[in-house]
Amino acid sequence: MDKSIEKIPSQIRRDILRMVHAVQSGHPGGSLGCTEFFVALYFKVLNHDKESFNMNGQNEDIFFLSNGHISPVFYSVLARAGYFSIDELSTFRKLNSRLQGHPTTHEGLPGVRIASGSLGQGLSVALGAAEAKKLSNDNNLVFSLHGDGELQEGQIWEAALYAGSKNIDNIIATIDANGQQIDGSTNDVMPMGDIGSKFISFGWEVLKIDNGNNLSEVIEGLNTAINLSGKGKPVCIIMQTEMGAGVDFMTGTHKWHGIAPSDEQLEKALSQLPETLGDYPI
Amino acid sequence: MHNFINSGNKDTRSGFGDGLLFLGRNNPNVVALCSDLTGSLKMNYFADEFPDRFFQTGIAEANMMGMAAGLSIGNYIPFTGTFANFSTGRVYDQIRQSIAYSGKNVKICASHAGLTLGEDGATHQILEDIGLMKMLPGMVVISPCDFNQTRAATIAISNYLGPVYLRFGRPKVPNFTPSEKPFEIGKADVLTEGKDVTIIANGHLVWEALEAYNSLTKIGINAEVINCATIKPLDLSTLLKSAEKTGRVVTAEEHQKNGGLGDSVAQALALHKPCPMEMVGVNDSFGESGKPDQLMKKYGLDSSAIVDAVKSVLKR
Repeated sequence: MDKSIEKIPSQIRRDILRMVHAVQSGHPGGSLGCTEFFVALYFKVLNHDKESFNMNGQNEDIFFLSNGHISPVFYSVLARAGYFSIDELSTFRKLNSRLQGHPTTHEGLPGVRIASGSLGQGLSVALGAAEAKKLSNDNNLVFSLHGDGELQEGQIWEAALYAGSKNIDNIIATIDANGQQIDGSTNDVMPMGDIGSKFISFGWEVLKIDNGNNLSEVIEGLNTAINLSGKGKPVCIIMQTEMGAGVDFMTGTHKWHGIAPSDEQLEKALSQLPETLGDYPI
Repeated sequence: MHNFINSGNKDTRSGFGDGLLFLGRNNPNVVALCSDLTGSLKMNYFADEFPDRFFQTGIAEANMMGMAAGLSIGNYIPFTGTFANFSTGRVYDQIRQSIAYSGKNVKICASHAGLTLGEDGATHQILEDIGLMKMLPGMVVISPCDFNQTRAATIAISNYLGPVYLRFGRPKVPNFTPSEKPFEIGKADVLTEGKDVTIIANGHLVWEALEAYNSLTKIGINAEVINCATIKPLDLSTLLKSAEKTGRVVTAEEHQKNGGLGDSVAQALALHKPCPMEMVGVNDSFGESGKPDQLMKKYGLDSSAIVDAVKSVLKR
């Protein structure tokens, strides 16, 4: 693996924590847990044009974030990948910002193609985009990310049925299986059973990433998924992550789903995360 | 007597189906999605001729709305089709977030609106859809009056960039607007010039308003009938000019009074040209099973109800 990419996650995590801390709001837990996924996708896997963003995404791979509350990791990675200046990260959740609490196309932020936040809608949007690619003979892929708790929304299964039944094989949907949701663990709130078997029974190809916080494992998993695409079935990756990964006192609990760290907690968290690419200026 | 001639009863949904077929043949970017009501929406002609551009989603309207948003990202112009009830209330949040707030170029086409859906009853007779849709920022809302105007509106909205709600109905009703008249979004048409009262109607109530015009003429009342097919954006200049002239306004629509055309007109008049006004519409109630004409009579949505409303407004 390219050594330079290994430095990125630590910086992304610093961005997430500093962004959420600055406005004392936002969702650090899931953002930290999905850091390796976003770094793998945007720095290694996607065939994408990060300098001149085109809404239509023609002739490139496109990504949809369905669980929009993990906007901090999305914004940080988009900025670090070159979609917009890292200086803009300091505007997160502030008045007149393009970096709204949940991602939106409304303010014209490069890299965002759909608003998300109200859960369960992103897979349908991704399917429409995948159908558009098929219709225009564009062989690039559509990626999406969903929370495991998000799978409790019925619309996800409408979309899963469509994709499997209609052989939409240019889509790779990843499930962030961190086992947590706002009210507690998914096992307590609404046990999800065997998510992989559910997708298989809906006609999907399913693969697993056992450690979604191991960058090389995530890259390998995404590449395997790409190899499975184009063979008549949509592809689902069940990616196990730790909510809050990278910060010891935030790891593996739902408590940091939507809570910002205090000054002291931020300092403690940042001490565990080397500043590898330079912090964005406040 | 007014000069409009019914060239033969036709359903507005067939106007949609005909317009969609025209678009299929003339605009390769137009695609259509339907949730298991292809025949009811008259989308079968498009689906048969352009199977690659037609997406059958099954009975899954939420997924259909999201897919439409996704197709629009790829520069296609998606037309979704299902009943008005399932086009709005059932999928309000999907439309709000994935289409309206996201600014997607999706055309939400809704049939079987209102009481004239008939025997299926109140579960399917949505009378709140215009209110729901006009509340969404940036959403254009259109309720054309007959086959010809529905066909023209279907074609016109393909050339407008942004989300549109197009509402039409099930029964065969008089077809009287010119067949080749292009539809202009946001433009109300003055059908009869008058000086005593302005009747502003849309959808199936426009023909009823013309019938009311004839009845009123016989008793010496000269009504100006306006077909206000676009509820949003409202054609303020045409409506206010007429209200200025007559000083009395009656609205008529197949919708709740709350949230419909009358509500939009009342707001416009209150802000710009206060004058006595009466509304013909459903008064905070659900519908029921019955034949369309029986329901329109029972719920006060026919020409005689419009005549009564005119008499009331002239007494004020």
